[in-house]
Amino acid sequence: MSSVTGASFTDETPGPEGEPPLRGDRASTGRLGDRLFGGMTRLAGGVVLAIVVLVGVFLVVRAIPALRANHADFFTSTEWSTSPLKFGIVQLLWTTVATSVIALVIAVPFSIAIALFLGFYAPRWLAQPAAAIIDLLAAVPSIVYGLWGAYIVAPQFAHVQSWIQDAFGWIPLFGRVPGISGGTTIFFVGVVLAIMILPIITALSREVFAQTPMTQREGAIALGATKWEMLRTTVLPFGRPGVISASMLGLGRALGETIAVMLILSTLPQGANWSWSLFNGGSTFASNIAANAPESISDTRQMGAYIAAGLVLFILTFVVNAIARIIIERRKAFSE
Amino acid sequence: MTAEAAPPGPGIPAKYSDAHSGDDTSPGGGLGGIDHGKSRARALKNSIATVLIWGAFFIALIPLVWILWTVLSKGLQPVLHVNWWEKDQSGAGAPAFDHNLRGARHAIVGTLLMGLATAVIAVPIAVLTAIYLVEYGSSPFARIVSFMVDIMSGIPSIVAALFVYAVWVTTFHWTLLPIASSLALTMLMIPVVTRSTEEMLKLVPNELREASYALGVPKWKTILRIVLPSCLSGVITGGLLGLARVMGETAPLLLLASYTQYLNQNLFHGSMAALPTMINDQALNINVHIAEQRVWGAACTLILLVLGINLLGRLIGHFTKVKR
Repeated sequence: MSSVTGASFTDETPGPEGEPPLRGDRASTGRLGDRLFGGMTRLAGGVVLAIVVLVGVFLVVRAIPALRANHADFFTSTEWSTSPLKFGIVQLLWTTVATSVIALVIAVPFSIAIALFLGFYAPRWLAQPAAAIIDLLAAVPSIVYGLWGAYIVAPQFAHVQSWIQDAFGWIPLFGRVPGISGGTTIFFVGVVLAIMILPIITALSREVFAQTPMTQREGAIALGATKWEMLRTTVLPFGRPGVISASMLGLGRALGETIAVMLILSTLPQGANWSWSLFNGGSTFASNIAANAPESISDTRQMGAYIAAGLVLFILTFVVNAIARIIIERRKAFSE
Repeated sequence: MTAEAAPPGPGIPAKYSDAHSGDDTSPGGGLGGIDHGKSRARALKNSIATVLIWGAFFIALIPLVWILWTVLSKGLQPVLHVNWWEKDQSGAGAPAFDHNLRGARHAIVGTLLMGLATAVIAVPIAVLTAIYLVEYGSSPFARIVSFMVDIMSGIPSIVAALFVYAVWVTTFHWTLLPIASSLALTMLMIPVVTRSTEEMLKLVPNELREASYALGVPKWKTILRIVLPSCLSGVITGGLLGLARVMGETAPLLLLASYTQYLNQNLFHGSMAALPTMINDQALNINVHIAEQRVWGAACTLILLVLGINLLGRLIGHFTKVKR
């Protein structure tokens, strides 16, 4: 290896990755090596592409037999039974969307505030550790959130819940549901999901807020704006697309969250009456699959029903993530 | 925008007001000489915003502290017993309250093995993909791959598990092995490592690459010998963060790795326990004292493991950053 730069750099940080190809060092064989290595990286990229495409293909193909044998309308039935095959997604879709939207409504304002705190309010010595602490929330495994929510917080939350029901019970969304007691409801799951998606929205928002051009911020201050006015007129408008796409990513997380929902949310008995109440139990796509699929794991026909539910979930998250990505791309195109 | 707090002064034409130029420079505005009412309202708004923003941060600390306190206070006691690390859970049918039955070695070993297997599969694919995207990628294909990495990071873990099931069982009719869970976890780890590696590769200054090319070093060697080593710490950080994420995952294991009370160290045989599945299994009878201890003990072990790996990754990233 004749490269001075290379030698000095690897001396500083010797890396196992860098060692092997060096032995066969002959600069003239570069072209073959380049083609091999370039091909390998392209292959890895292709593997990623292939996996995502295959997920879609396999879910569709394996869901079809169960959908054919389904005795209920997949899109309008509220039932979920795999023997006999009689399943529809309405109840799952409602619970999934309701929990995720509640999570988003709670998490987004908090995330924006915390992102502003980390970027503009926290004293210098606090900003770094505070950001690390918020990131720790993301590192807590979701099953621990589930345990904590189901066995520690839910009994406490039951009081808050009955208070809300007393005050706003006349609104159908907050109505009482017979047979559902304790705090293990859709609303509470939304609260726990909000805590779980808070770090991801905060981290991404903080990143875009930090990119606000200094000239704009200084301009606002120079014009006599208070700190809050500066944030409101420069940082928040500048960061809005970023916050929206961060929220979409958070929404995607909330839609697909499995074990925390499964541990917390009370399940409904077979044939329970439909209710719009947020203080109802239920199952999300993910929690339904995780809770019930293991029982029919040996019956591929029954598993087809769960694969169909998984397919709907996959499409939901795909769309949400794609929207987030498109918003980011559009913003990049504008700012460059 | 500021106009809401203090409408434009009388001398300023309305057309300038959306450039935020009018109000604040007028004497009645921020400099606060004459118009006390308005500036006090603005100052009040500013203070309210400050209080709310500080408050939001401290409210967010509550769940974190509460969770850590719960898990440590309930789970530390079984974890500190030596049997927790040395024994598995076999013989649990016998009378409870025996320290011999309070082991979690099977689950700890299972979590570590499955996590390592996942990393062994995922990290090479992820690093190569990142290299492709940063060093080779400008083609439409690269843009599609980059999009797919985003989509993959959004795939719910339970869907990844269903996919592995649909391939492994429905299509090939194989029996489920512990390695199948690792394959599902791989799908969750690849995007994490790819993105963090990508970020680090982008930070490597182009001058380094150009200097290398100018000396006649071929591109692949430039990447392996110059670019990768200078961002190796970032790759390791990404790998550790990804590992921490998949070790805490439960959903794929519920579907693909049935729980067992026995120690199994073979990824290609039988079934293997893991800490999340142990929690899930024991949570069914959490009212029984020993099950409760197992649940919180396993949760404590898991959180220590995951946070430990996470912090290690961050520390490596932090310290190497300072050096550079």
